[in-house]
Amino acid sequence: MTPLSSCLMLSALLFSVGFAGVLMRRNAILILIGIELMLNAANLNFIAFWRYGSAPEALTGVMFVIFSIGVAAAEAAVGLALIISIYRHRKTTQIDRINSMRG
Amino acid sequence: MNLTPSISSLTVVPLVGALAVLALGSNRKLARGIALAFAFLALIFTLLLWHRFNPASGTLQLEEIHAWIPVLGVQYHVGADGLSLLMLLLSTLVVPMSMAASWNIQEKPSLYFALILLLEAGLIGTFTALNFFHWFLFWELSLIPAFFLIRLWGGSQRATAATQFFLYTMVGSVTLLLSFLALFLYTGIFDFITLGELARSGHLLQSLATAPHGTAATADRFALLICLGALLGFAVKVPIVPFHTWLPATYAEAPTGTTMLLTGTMSKMGLYGLIRILLPIFYLQMRSMRTPLLWLAVATIVLSAYAALVQKDLKRIFAYSSINHLGYCLLGIFSILKFTGDDPAMLSEKAAALSGVFLQMFNHGLTAATLFWFVALLEKRSGGLRGLNDFGGLRKVATVFAGLMGMALFSSLGLPGLNGFIGEFLIFKGVFPLAGWAASLSTLGLLLTAIFLLGLIQRVFAGPLNPSFAHMPDLTTAERLSLFPPLALMVALGIYPQLVLGVINSTVLHLVQQLR
Amino acid sequence: MTWIVRNLWLIPALPALAAGLTALAKRHQRRYSAALAIGAMGLSFLLSLCAFSQVMLAITHGQPSRQVVNFPWFEFGNQWLKLGWMLDPLTAIMLVMVTFVGLLIFIYSTGYMAHDDNFTRFFCFLSLFAAAMLGVIIANSLLLLFMCWELVGLTSYLLIGFWYHKPSAAAAAKKAFITTRIGDLAFLVGMLWLFSQAGTLLFYDQGAGCLEHSALTAMVAHLTGIGMAASTGIALLIFAGAVGKSGQVPLHVWLPDAMEGPTPVSALIHAATMVAAGVFLVARVYPLMAAHSDAASALSATTALQVVTWIGAITAVFAALIAVAQNDIKRILAYSTVSQLGYMMMGLGVGGVAVGMFHLITHAFFKSLLFMGAGSVIHGCHEEQDIRRMGGLSKLMPVTFATYAVGMLALCGFPLFFSGFWSKDAILHAAMGWSISRIPFYLGSLGALLTAFYMTRQVYYVFFGTSRLASHHEATPAAHTAPPTPHESPSSMTFPLVLLASCAILLGAVGTPAWPWFDSFLSGEAPIFAFAGFLEHGILPVMLTSTLIVFLGLALGWWFYGRQPILSADLPDALEQLQPGIFRVLQNKFYVDELYEHTVIRWNSALATFSDWLDRWVWNGVVMTVSNLVLGLSWLARSTDTYLVNTSFDEGCNTVTTSGKLLARLQSGRTQSYLRLVGIAFAALVLVLIWSARS
Repeated sequence: MTPLSSCLMLSALLFSVGFAGVLMRRNAILILIGIELMLNAANLNFIAFWRYGSAPEALTGVMFVIFSIGVAAAEAAVGLALIISIYRHRKTTQIDRINSMRG
Repeated sequence: MNLTPSISSLTVVPLVGALAVLALGSNRKLARGIALAFAFLALIFTLLLWHRFNPASGTLQLEEIHAWIPVLGVQYHVGADGLSLLMLLLSTLVVPMSMAASWNIQEKPSLYFALILLLEAGLIGTFTALNFFHWFLFWELSLIPAFFLIRLWGGSQRATAATQFFLYTMVGSVTLLLSFLALFLYTGIFDFITLGELARSGHLLQSLATAPHGTAATADRFALLICLGALLGFAVKVPIVPFHTWLPATYAEAPTGTTMLLTGTMSKMGLYGLIRILLPIFYLQMRSMRTPLLWLAVATIVLSAYAALVQKDLKRIFAYSSINHLGYCLLGIFSILKFTGDDPAMLSEKAAALSGVFLQMFNHGLTAATLFWFVALLEKRSGGLRGLNDFGGLRKVATVFAGLMGMALFSSLGLPGLNGFIGEFLIFKGVFPLAGWAASLSTLGLLLTAIFLLGLIQRVFAGPLNPSFAHMPDLTTAERLSLFPPLALMVALGIYPQLVLGVINSTVLHLVQQLR
Repeated sequence: MTWIVRNLWLIPALPALAAGLTALAKRHQRRYSAALAIGAMGLSFLLSLCAFSQVMLAITHGQPSRQVVNFPWFEFGNQWLKLGWMLDPLTAIMLVMVTFVGLLIFIYSTGYMAHDDNFTRFFCFLSLFAAAMLGVIIANSLLLLFMCWELVGLTSYLLIGFWYHKPSAAAAAKKAFITTRIGDLAFLVGMLWLFSQAGTLLFYDQGAGCLEHSALTAMVAHLTGIGMAASTGIALLIFAGAVGKSGQVPLHVWLPDAMEGPTPVSALIHAATMVAAGVFLVARVYPLMAAHSDAASALSATTALQVVTWIGAITAVFAALIAVAQNDIKRILAYSTVSQLGYMMMGLGVGGVAVGMFHLITHAFFKSLLFMGAGSVIHGCHEEQDIRRMGGLSKLMPVTFATYAVGMLALCGFPLFFSGFWSKDAILHAAMGWSISRIPFYLGSLGALLTAFYMTRQVYYVFFGTSRLASHHEATPAAHTAPPTPHESPSSMTFPLVLLASCAILLGAVGTPAWPWFDSFLSGEAPIFAFAGFLEHGILPVMLTSTLIVFLGLALGWWFYGRQPILSADLPDALEQLQPGIFRVLQNKFYVDELYEHTVIRWNSALATFSDWLDRWVWNGVVMTVSNLVLGLSWLARSTDTYLVNTSFDEGCNTVTTSGKLLARLQSGRTQSYLRLVGIAFAALVLVLIWSARS
């Protein structure tokens, strides 16, 4: 097994864990954590493809990941803010109770 | 406003008056004062026009033509001949009378007087317009104030009466409009004078033959159809039996001041239309229907007189009497349709009949309005009662009232020396050689008129005094003074009919010459 | 043209002016209004005398006796309608008669109406009547004549209904106006026909008038559809007007009822002047009545004149028969008037203008005398009109009795000394020589017999025997006052009576066969005096016959009513005892009123009801049907809208909504379920990719 494919295997595992968390959990905060896991799985892919790719000296993969982490931080902040606001409004963070977007 | 009055300025006067009454007439006294002032202004304008008019000419005078919508052949075209002028005088005369009769109206006086002035504007416009477009506008304009006057100030059955009045006249107007639109479609002309000339030269039928699938034969039938449509419009307005059933109900339910306008002036619109519009344009078609039309005229005269005989309401009696009197006009108009060629004797008979018709129109307007005025005065004294059997012996307490109303009644009956006689005599004089049977049958109407009018005098004024009217006041000085002009005019026209005949004679000759 | 001809219009204008001024007078200005009316009438009388002497002068100088003044009135078409007045012997003699009798009656009225509240109005109407009547007389145009004729009818209406508070008076006034108007409408049609035939309504207009030769020839030659000459048709229609106004059968019913008016009115209008206007009209248009197609038939009477004669003769007997059985003093005189008017018509028909007019003039004097005498009696008996309750008045009212007797003898035609004899004799003589039939003569003679009989009856009832007035009043429990005694009337009433009585005697002198002044005056010749006139063919036998008839009538009257004095008002009439059936028929005036009531009037009101029904149900029904149809259509349109268009549209909308709802269920609002879908789809995608990469 090459280092790249083992990295990818790890990343796929990480993504699946995150995705399962998003789908299964009822608590919005845990869902947010699942989303972070999925993002980090993607970051891991970036790093792996950069490290074992054709031009490791160009630092492109690192740049992508730094950006991605920044965006994820902002996203987590917005997501948490939303959840707090919903919590204030509804006194719950259970996602299956919040269905006002129903058609 | 122009200093020398023209027809347009005359039409504008009541319109301005109506606005002024609405704007300034905050209380009753102010409203009626302003309204009366404008009504008198219109009367003065008419008299000035009368003065400017040249009676020696029978053609249209005081004409004004302005382009309006050239594409549709619409011009602003007004003018007056003897007939128009006579009708203008009648309208501007009856309007102040009507205002005087409704002097003490209680509800919304400013609106009431404004509507009357609006109606007057419509009348003046109708009697002077020579282009179908704005003629029809005025024709309808007069209808709307009348509707509201009946609807808002009428008697207990006013809603039905107003609707009946409106629907009847509306149906007539619609057929009239359709007829003229059809004419316009094939000739492109709305002007009455031009249409008349076309008809006389025979081009009208030619134009109608250009209709889809049209031939000379269908053109005849088509023209007849158009003529019938227009005739229906006028027949409802005059009215001709059997299109008259709206009239008794309307006259009885309308406030009496409005009834004066309806009978005095609006009923003349139909006759005016027959003479001014139908006769010159459709004389061939009318001629082909002459005998049935004469029968209708005789039926109008006789049936309405008979119906008047059994009415119990004074206003209904006078309403039927009104139909009866206008029936003589119809008789005169229809009889002159006879083809007589250039025979000067027959032309003279036609002129007599037509002069009689004009005179009768004026006389009837004057007399009928005055009679309704008396009914209004009687209603005021009796608290709204106006049944034939509600009174009795009034002559004892109201001698002057009885005498003056008797005078108006005898004028309506056609007593020589008062205005009614000459008109009827001239009509009969002209009709007798043209349609002897119709004239002879119609004399029955004269007899019946005498019967019901004398019966009225007998029931209301003679006999023992009805105790509930023992303290009925006689006419006040103001009432006597305001009744004086129409009554004086009745006597003056009865003794010296040349006053009117001198002005209309050339017009009559002109019309008769056209109708060979 | 002399002054009087040019100003002839003043004669009617003066009373008209007086009428206008009295109309404005206050109710208490009695003396003023009476003076005004009498003064105007007096002036008219003087002017009439001027006119009369003018005609006399013209005749003696051999100048034309007819002068006309025409003037334009109004224009129509290319011509002017002209009116005019004329002075000819007929006009002159009528003017004098009307103004003279009128003046006397005006004076009489000041006494008779002295206590009436509406004294001023009475004189206003009387003056208006005089103006209109004088207008009829001077008119030179049938139109002007007709207009004044109608105005006369109006004043007659006003005066009959003068005591309007009495329902009977109001009804009588209406009946009079309407009955005469029936005739007037025929008159109107005749006038229109004449106008269309002759082209003018002026009687005389220098050869162009409608009574002049050229117009008459044309009218005689013009045959109508039924083969009758136009002139005959016109003449008959105009005569119908005269029938109405002069109370001839069958339009006589109004005249007896007209007695509801005050007695001076009955004397002036319904005895002397207005009712005679019909006779005057026939005399005025006599050239038209007598127009022949050719000279050969000039000896026989025209159809028009035959009709005039027959109607006159029948009326003369018919009314006289009714008069026999009446008990109201004025009604007897009224029927007598109808009968005498029949005589006049007959006289015109058989003997020409002079014969009829002579009787008109003499009748005017003695009949107004009789009426005023009757008025005096009524006044004296305190408004009692039933002759059965009078009696014995000859001593209490000597002047009235004497003058009444003169009038009565004149009316009966008592020989030689009374005018009625000569005028009636002239009619009978002419009837005797009539070429068509002898029957009018016999009818006339019978009428004369009846006249003598009923007048004798009346005089015996009223003036002889004992007074039954008091006994009647005592019998009435309500009469708490002393029984009234009849008294003689004031001199303002007796003076005209005396004057008229002398006229009733003297006037006979101007129409005797020996000195036929009247006849020649009317024809515009100088009269000749010759006793040989009596010896003319047939005159003496007729005079003898009529004398015998009069005496027979007087004797019969004495036999029935004069032999024993009448004692009680309640006893049946002597004739009633003899022939109760016939008497009842006569008393009920041959049931003519009832006949009309059940035929003409009933038909008329049925027609009126029918016409009203036609209006309410048929014409209005058609309109209502049409409007209901329209309403039905609009209801149909509305229900189509509601139930068809609206429903299907709603259905469509519902379908869309439900399907939308179904789809909306997918959108649960739960993010996780959406993600779940995404996850399943993602997994499926991965599987497909793997599967496709392997193959």
